[in-house]
Amino acid sequence: MNTAVSTMEFLRPATLAEALETKAAHPEAVPLAGGTDLMVELNFDRRRPPALLDLTRITELAEWSEVDGHIRIGATVPYARIITELGSRLPGLAMAARTVGSPQIRNRGTLGGNLGSASPAGDGHPPLLAGHATVELASVRGSRRVPVDAFFLGPKRSVVEPDELVVAVRVPPATGPQQFAKVGPRNAMVIAVCAFALALHPENGTVGTGIGSAGPTPLRARDAEEFLAAELDWAGGRPLPEGVAERFGELVAAAARPIDDVRGTAAYRGHALAVLARRTLTWAWRDHTGRGSCG
Amino acid sequence: MSNHVAVTVRVNGVDREIEVDPRATLTETLRDRLGLTGTKKGCDRGECGACTVLVNGRRVLSCMTLAVTAHGAEVTTVEGLSSGGELHPVQRAFLENDAFQCGFCTPGQVMSAVACIAEGHATSDDEIREWMSGNICRCAAYPQIVASVAKAAAELGGAAR
Repeated sequence: MNTAVSTMEFLRPATLAEALETKAAHPEAVPLAGGTDLMVELNFDRRRPPALLDLTRITELAEWSEVDGHIRIGATVPYARIITELGSRLPGLAMAARTVGSPQIRNRGTLGGNLGSASPAGDGHPPLLAGHATVELASVRGSRRVPVDAFFLGPKRSVVEPDELVVAVRVPPATGPQQFAKVGPRNAMVIAVCAFALALHPENGTVGTGIGSAGPTPLRARDAEEFLAAELDWAGGRPLPEGVAERFGELVAAAARPIDDVRGTAAYRGHALAVLARRTLTWAWRDHTGRGSCG
Repeated sequence: MSNHVAVTVRVNGVDREIEVDPRATLTETLRDRLGLTGTKKGCDRGECGACTVLVNGRRVLSCMTLAVTAHGAEVTTVEGLSSGGELHPVQRAFLENDAFQCGFCTPGQVMSAVACIAEGHATSDDEIREWMSGNICRCAAYPQIVASVAKAAAELGGAAR
């Protein structure tokens, strides 16, 4: 517990530049944003980081803005603000944010922390995949942008280098309907058994998907995206052809690489993902055809 | 092993200056260092809501908050709700509705309810249930808790939005 003999250094940079210098000097320091993942590990002594790098004092990371037609969300903007301030322009992300933890957790938890932890179960990841988001990383060496579908390497592993920090996520504003659904024992305070995000991009007739908690990393269902993009009557808005939702569900389930664990079996996850994919498609297509062309 | 960090935090309207171990949670600091044992340590992992306090007016879990990160912040605990011996309307509603059995979750429920009403998330029973979902009651006093939040919201004007 907290009375362990070892000590932990607490680093409190005031600016991003200072944070990057500190991270370069202390690559072993674990970044702290909302603390909703990290604190569990600390309180139960599952992890004893030699140093914590507190990012909560850095105002540059706690704001969102519009840059080059994208919404750039600072790494420490809490979910509560994503819901209230970005709900209309990033509806898929806001829907996922509404399912994170509880009101108390959403006041603290951040998208940057979700990405930093890189859990396959992170609720923020599927809508970022479906919405073609880009992760902005920075270090004293400079900054770089990584498409979110190239960000995750494995369970809790990402492309973030030891001297780098996740500083922001860039997401294009929605141009069509977006949906998110997840399966869990109750609505609040659950780690998803599986989750699915769907984004329709009518401006170029493409489909975005994101699968959570059903593979070593969050995943896209590329075959399902291509299949659906070709089947949808984007301009005419005709109802979904017979069997399209079912086939879409099958392809989404086929893209997952789930395992059996305490939250559910691989077989159940595949089944549930197919259901979530059909359901979210039905909602999204009704939304699209109900209001004609989206804008 | 003294790498304690100096922290200034305003708790229930009083500035407190303390040196804390950087690993100490706000829950432990409130209870063990400041003697404010109203805030309960339940699961210590962010799942039960018993440790809910307000930091700069927003409800957070004090077990998921390092005391050092509260430097410069304003913290309100259940001890800070009453004024001049008068219970806060939420506290009074919980008493009048019998909204607890063992009482362990109550301080967290009350703090969460205060924020829930202030956020404007107490306009119907369904909304209250959803926005109080981060606070678990093992005795299952949920119907009375919902009734208490609704009653206090009506009194505080948070139910009409």
